[in-house]
Parts: sequence; structure tokens; C-alpha cells
Amino acid sequence: MKLNPKLKLNANQPPLPTRNGYGDALLELGKTNKNVYVLCADLTESTRADKFAKAYPNQFVEIGIAEQNLVTVASGLAHAGKIPFASSYAAFCPGRCWEQIRTTICYNNQNVKIIGAHAGVSVGPDGATHQMLEDIAIMRALPNMTVVVPLDYNQTSAATKAIAKHIGPAYMRFARDPTPQLTTPKTPFQIGKIQVLQDGSDLTIIGCGPILFQAIQAASILKNQHNISVAILNCHTIKPLDTRTIEAYAKKTKRIITIEEAQIAGGLGSAIAEHLSSTIPTHIYRLGIKDHYGESGEPSELLKKFKLTPQDIARECHKIFKTK
Amino acid sequence: MSHNLTIKELQIQADIIREDIITSLAVAKSGHSAGPLGMADIFTALYFQTLNINPKNPDDPTRDFFILSNGHICPVLYATLANRGFFPKKELLTLRKLNSRLQGHPHRTSIPGIETTSGPLGSGLSQASGIALAHQRDNKPNKVYCVVGDGEQNEGNHWEAVMFAAKYKLSNLIAITDRNYIQIDGPTEQVMPLGDLEKKYQAFNWNTITIDGNNMQQIIATFNQAKQNKDKPLMIIAKTIPGKGVSFMENDYRWHGSPPGGLKTERSPEKDKQQSIAIAELHAKEISERGNWYKTHNHLHPIHNAKKSSSKKK
Repeated sequence: MKLNPKLKLNANQPPLPTRNGYGDALLELGKTNKNVYVLCADLTESTRADKFAKAYPNQFVEIGIAEQNLVTVASGLAHAGKIPFASSYAAFCPGRCWEQIRTTICYNNQNVKIIGAHAGVSVGPDGATHQMLEDIAIMRALPNMTVVVPLDYNQTSAATKAIAKHIGPAYMRFARDPTPQLTTPKTPFQIGKIQVLQDGSDLTIIGCGPILFQAIQAASILKNQHNISVAILNCHTIKPLDTRTIEAYAKKTKRIITIEEAQIAGGLGSAIAEHLSSTIPTHIYRLGIKDHYGESGEPSELLKKFKLTPQDIARECHKIFKTK
Repeated sequence: MSHNLTIKELQIQADIIREDIITSLAVAKSGHSAGPLGMADIFTALYFQTLNINPKNPDDPTRDFFILSNGHICPVLYATLANRGFFPKKELLTLRKLNSRLQGHPHRTSIPGIETTSGPLGSGLSQASGIALAHQRDNKPNKVYCVVGDGEQNEGNHWEAVMFAAKYKLSNLIAITDRNYIQIDGPTEQVMPLGDLEKKYQAFNWNTITIDGNNMQQIIATFNQAKQNKDKPLMIIAKTIPGKGVSFMENDYRWHGSPPGGLKTERSPEKDKQQSIAIAELHAKEISERGNWYKTHNHLHPIHNAKKSSSKKK
């Protein structure tokens, strides 16, 4: 599936935080589906569950600062037929309540949606404690779990609706800051299906989340300065992985760069490397956070410090391209 | 779905469940003895008198929900479910074996009648609270029962649920603490003192009742009273004797995580005699008390079959 080639025009729209897409989609869902419940652990406004809470108080549950209870109450609600969205910052949920998610949601196979906001270093001034980087690794290791990292505001809205419809446990992560809109409200979204943001023949960047905007800028640098043709894949679903599309691009471009605002250990890049190592062994370089914690700073400063700017990405791509 | 058994019949049923616990654990050669034996009376009262459940339709949406939080006492849950007709009794002999539906800790989707997976401690009351909240908001009359261990109340998750259930006034939630004062490392008050649990729950804005958890008359009276619970969640603190019914196991924390045959103590017979002596103790009690109802029962341990066939010959 290809996106509308004009989609980059949307970058002219004002940037919006991915979490707003969650809040706006919830508001729609709450109206049509009375089984949709939203649970929050004292972060209602910043996870953007506030509009839902006000509109549907009978479907909203304030848990207080208790993430273990957040997900286990959600498990109970799901057992009674509800579709609970358990929302907090990713550092705390799933960060603090992984075992409860493992046992009472995944092993139980309960229809709970885990929502981790404020993931990645671009969370900014709050610092390392609040910049979740290990969530993709710990969630994708769980059987029965679906893991989604949407690209932008529109896609977060679409993904929220898609995981509400999907029966079974799901995890979705958001960033904090406003980021460019690469898709339109009409761009299709399907769990487990990669979107080709742009096609190319020399190497492939596969990533997830708003950091793909930097990848698109990097591709433009590579085209203009080195005449390297880069394909960019939005792998918004880390689990289940769209192995068919990944294999096709491994065959086509031979070289793959992965990018994510997460630990490269266990993240999206690892998932791709694991798959290709036993199917189509491919030269893969993984960009992300390399066995390090984040720190305080402005999002743009942090992306620079952790070498995730378009220039950094372009430089790594060029290095890979030159290796035989 | 009350069976309308007399107190005496319920007591005998509880001892039959104890026999099945001993037999299944002895075959498994691992698992927990003390907690299951101590809770046999309460499980019998729940499944043969109190809970609105139907073994032929375990997912009936009008049922009462039962959540076992301290999953390690599942031998009593399995033995009770089997005696109540949820699955064949002989399956109890597969406890903890490869490909068995009776996992070492209960798994929701394995066996009919199990509402949730448990084993990791401290999260059962939260799940029960979630179920209770859904029914409260939908104005449904189902009640939610939850058994929690005392040792597991070391867990922070448990107290998060205690605050939550009080905030939302979950009067359809009836929790039962197995207050047997033991956990794996020793007496609860030495490992991590819990103190006066009744006062703690009252301070957290719960209704409370403290009972002798091995006194069938008190258990039934309390469960009947609990059905009228109002305004707040209810915590029944059931003081039980760990290892109840097997003399050499009673009140000895070392049987918390050991099966019959798994441990030699100064009070116990030799390992290879423990199962038969435990069964004989429980069986002797039944013989002195049994009535006609008992004879029609489907027993697991061969001690009963031997008696049955020999009496037929005569």
C-alpha cells in the first residue's frame, strides 16, 4: 500500500502532538461504543483523556497514581466485557506494571489497550526518568501483545480506532511534543501493514514514530548531495511485523537502516534484524538510543545529542551505502 | 445455584476436597499443601452454597464471579471445581503435569470456571474490583468474590486496590482474606508484620467481619449476611489453620510450599507414609460423620473404591 504522494504537503499544516490524536479519537469512540472505557493514573490532561473524561464520566475511571492497579483494574473491566484504555506515561505504564500486563492481560488474553505517552528522548526537559526508551522491547516480548507506534497526529487517531476494534491486548506509544503531520485524516491505517512513505532503490530506512520526519529529511539530503535513492517505510506496527514488505525491500535495496526513538536493544530494529537474519541475511544498521539514558534538554537539542538529526541519519546512511 | 446441603454435609464435602487436595499434590510431587487445606471449608461454602454459578454454563453472564488472588492455593480451587462438576475428578491426578489443564498456578483459558490467571501476588483484588466496577456501572446484580492470602498483602498493588474499591464504593465486592499467619519464609508477623488487618480495612473505609474460617456454621452465616452488604466493599477476615485436617501439617509454615511426601519434620511421619496417613486421618473423620449423601459421592482416592467394592461383595 502506498500513501498519497502529495502527503508531504501536509507538513505545511501546524504540527500536532501524537497524543492529541489519541484524545480526539477517544472522544469519537466514546460516543459510538459505550463499552470503551478510559482509565488514567493522575495524568488525564497530559495523556489527552480529559475530553473523554468530561464527555463520558460513566466510562472514565480515575485510578490515582497507581499504575499496577491501573492495568489490573483494566484487566477486570475487560473480563466483564469492557474495552479499557489504560493510559499513563510509558515510563510508568508499562514501565512499572510489566508483570501485571504479562500475567493479567497477555497470558489471560484480555482485551486491554495499554497507552504509553511521553516516550522517547524528545519528551525533553523532564529528563531521563520520564523519557521511556525500553517500552517497545518489553512489550513486543509478550505473547498475544500487539505493539503500535503511530507516525503523527492523524495516524494516532486512526490507530486508536483500529486497536479499539482489534480484539486482544495492544500497546500504543506516543511522543510528547507537536510533530509534523505526514498523513491526512483519510490516509488508510491497518495494524501490521507497513506504509511506504517513499520508494527508493539504493537503501531502505525502516522506522516508527515521528522520528520518520527526520528520516524523510535525511533522504532528501542523500538524494541531493549523493544521488542516493532511499526508500522509507513506516513500520508503525512492531508486532505483528509486516515481514513480507520488509523482505521485499531487503531484496530490493540490500541495505537497511532502522530508526526509532527507543533503545536499539530489543526495539523495532532488533525485530527486523531477528527476522531477516534467518530469512534474508541483510546488512542492517540500527539507529536509536544506544544503551544510554536520556537527559534534560529541549527536544531538538536532545535529538542532536543522540545523533538523530537529518544530518546524522544521512551520514550513517551514506556510510552504509559505501560498504559493499 | 445452591445445593442446599446441611452444615454437616458441607463439612464432609470439605473433607472430601481435602482428601482430593492431598491425593493430587502427592501425585504431582510438588505444590502447596497448607493454604489449600486451610481454605477447604470456605471454598466448599462458596461453591456448594453461596456462589450463583452453573458448572454446565460457566460463562453465564448472570453468574457471580470468583477471583482467586493467591493462585498458589489452586489445589483447593481445582478440587472444589472438580467436586462441583466443572471437570472430571480424575483430572485432578494430572496436577502440574505436562499437557495438563491443571497448571501449577491457575490459567484462565485452560479450565472452565476459572475467571483469571493468578500466581503473581497482589493483583487479584484489582481485577475483582474492575469486574465489580463494570457491573456497578451497568446496574447489574452480579456479585464478585475474591480470596486473597495474608502474606500477599505485603504487595503494594493490593493496597492500591483497597483504596480503589473504597473510592468507588464497590459494595458488590466481597473479599475474603485467608488469615493463616504463614508465608513461605515464616510467620507473617515476622516476615513483614500485617498487624490488625480488621482495623486497617476499617481505616481504608471497608466493611469488615472477622470469622473462624474453619467453622462451617460461621462461614455460611457470614456469607448469607454478606449478600446484603451495602455502601462499601466488604472484607471478611477468615482466620484459618494452615494444613487444617492433617495433624502433622497444621500450623507449620514449612508446609506452605511442600506437598505430602515432600518434607520430613519432627511432627511428621516418614515421607513415604505421609499421604496415606493424611488420607486416613481425613477419611476416619468422614466415616464417623458420613450419612447416605456421602455414599453417592464420586471419590478420587482408592481408599474409597476399596471400601465400596468390598461392601458390594457382602
